[in-house]
Amino acid sequence: MMKRNGIAFWIGAAVFLGAAFVMTKVVANQYPFFAGYVILQFIALAVAWSILGGYAGYVNFGTSAFYGVGVYTSVFLVQAFGAPLLVQIATAAAIGALMGFALGLLTLRMQGIFFSIATIALTIIIETAVTNWRFVGGAAGIQIQRPPVTPPFDNYVQMLFFIQALLVVLAVAISRYIQNSWIGRGLQALRDDELAAECSGVPTLRLKLLACVISGALLCAIGAPAAMYLQYADPASAFNLNYSVSTLAMSLIGGTAHWSGPIIGAILLSTTQQLLTVTISSEVNVLVLGVMLVLFVVGAPEGIMGLISRLRRSRKEGEA
Amino acid sequence: MDLLLDAVVIGVLLGCFYGAVSLGLSVSFGLLDVPHVAHPAFLVLASYMVYFLNEHYAIDPLVAGLLITPLLFVFGLAAYRLYYETFERRGSDAGVRGIAFFFGVAFIIEVLIILQFGVDQRSVTADYVGKALRLGELRIPYRLLVAFAVAAALTILLTLYLSRTFMGRAIRAVAQDQEALRLMGTNPIRIKQWAFGIATAVLGVAGALLIIVAPVDPTLDRAYIGRTFCVVVMAGLGSMSGTLVAAIILGVAESIVLTMFGASWAPAISFAMLLGVLAVRPQGLFGRR
Repeated sequence: MMKRNGIAFWIGAAVFLGAAFVMTKVVANQYPFFAGYVILQFIALAVAWSILGGYAGYVNFGTSAFYGVGVYTSVFLVQAFGAPLLVQIATAAAIGALMGFALGLLTLRMQGIFFSIATIALTIIIETAVTNWRFVGGAAGIQIQRPPVTPPFDNYVQMLFFIQALLVVLAVAISRYIQNSWIGRGLQALRDDELAAECSGVPTLRLKLLACVISGALLCAIGAPAAMYLQYADPASAFNLNYSVSTLAMSLIGGTAHWSGPIIGAILLSTTQQLLTVTISSEVNVLVLGVMLVLFVVGAPEGIMGLISRLRRSRKEGEA
Repeated sequence: MDLLLDAVVIGVLLGCFYGAVSLGLSVSFGLLDVPHVAHPAFLVLASYMVYFLNEHYAIDPLVAGLLITPLLFVFGLAAYRLYYETFERRGSDAGVRGIAFFFGVAFIIEVLIILQFGVDQRSVTADYVGKALRLGELRIPYRLLVAFAVAAALTILLTLYLSRTFMGRAIRAVAQDQEALRLMGTNPIRIKQWAFGIATAVLGVAGALLIIVAPVDPTLDRAYIGRTFCVVVMAGLGSMSGTLVAAIILGVAESIVLTMFGASWAPAISFAMLLGVLAVRPQGLFGRR
């Protein structure tokens, strides 16, 4: 059963990547890639966030911190060395892992809402430091020259689109692996009751550090290509709190108990937002985010996945 | 040296003002354990109400703040009801989902303000806005003095209310042991709801001070998440006099950094202090735990 699921998953992933690649060859209009990149980015962010926020139950409001550091790692590498995209992403992942480790150490002293507030604090502190860093443009932001595009792609945005699709697959594969392994079960145990888990021999600290490092590395890596996507970066938007709240909202809306929940939530929310940004305005975007977040947290605390499983259960009970 | 003295004086005044805007959170988060990250958004909303009354009916901002107080009180009662019914009663995960809920509420308020008033900065007009008192070399804006006096009065009033009146003592009792109150035959939820109403009502005058001290814009609440939570956590949850002391420490620190390193470092001060307090002394300076 497990085996067949695994094969189906990898076939699905291959089909998805194949479709994304064919799209870059067939579709001439640039807009789908611009919009698609943003949607893919949010899917990846939500999945990566859930590794710590969903499985372990440590609600990280510092998504913007990791994302922004990813963006500025790219900015720095391009400014200083003209580094290619893959180097940017790999470096961002390494820095994100270090940041994640630091965040993991914070969990030693803080839990619940205090942990969440501390992650917001971290975001603002890093943002302020970047704002005062002249080399990467300071508060005014910075224009970035894209390095030449690498074959087989003939357009930079299309390449970014495909790379973000790769990151989505990577994030989902890792998240799925964690959920099905001892790591996921351990995280779930510490989420339900950290003290009880520790007492029954679950290595809580090691698991928390692991979740923080993996989640952090992914979040940073996902942010890295954004600098090349916009060809511009400024601290106020790279570290915008909207990334944190959007990511959290997408995961909660989808449901965090299963790896597919954040994907569903991210597709739903970011597609709605993309449509609204085009048709109405970006302010309404934030309004939709707020309203959906409140509605789901109040009405469907387990998210869409929770609704589905509740529906299934009641149907089963009806049959029996 | 003069510059430093200047910074300290301004910092103390600014700190009292920070105390006033944090008082409500000190009750809602400090005493009631509600993860109220929308507190600063409520504050900015109150400022815009004051702005509206001042702009259209030429009412003094402080009077306007008092006028909207009953409205905010009722708003607070309703908000707590909703929070209680959806989170506290269900029990599990109230903190985590609660903070997500309040972030959603904060974003909704932000956008509603933008849709109604636009993204521009708004300020009020009054006799004491824009002039300054000269004491030798020292130049103190009147608006800061007004904020200082009102903030001090507000803190004293709320402290007296919580320690001298029956309802105030009940609020502190519910913060200490909710079950004990239930055993005594009172309804702790009613008391908490009342307390949350008070915490929100205080924002009327606090919002007036906010727009007196400086112009406001719809996303100002994000900066005040750091300041208010820093003050409340540093004070030790639920300590009113501690709130004032912690706020003055923050005000002086911000003011000194502002003078020494420039305004671009200011946003990080409150968050850095918050992080420091959380890491080193989570129970705060005057903590009850």
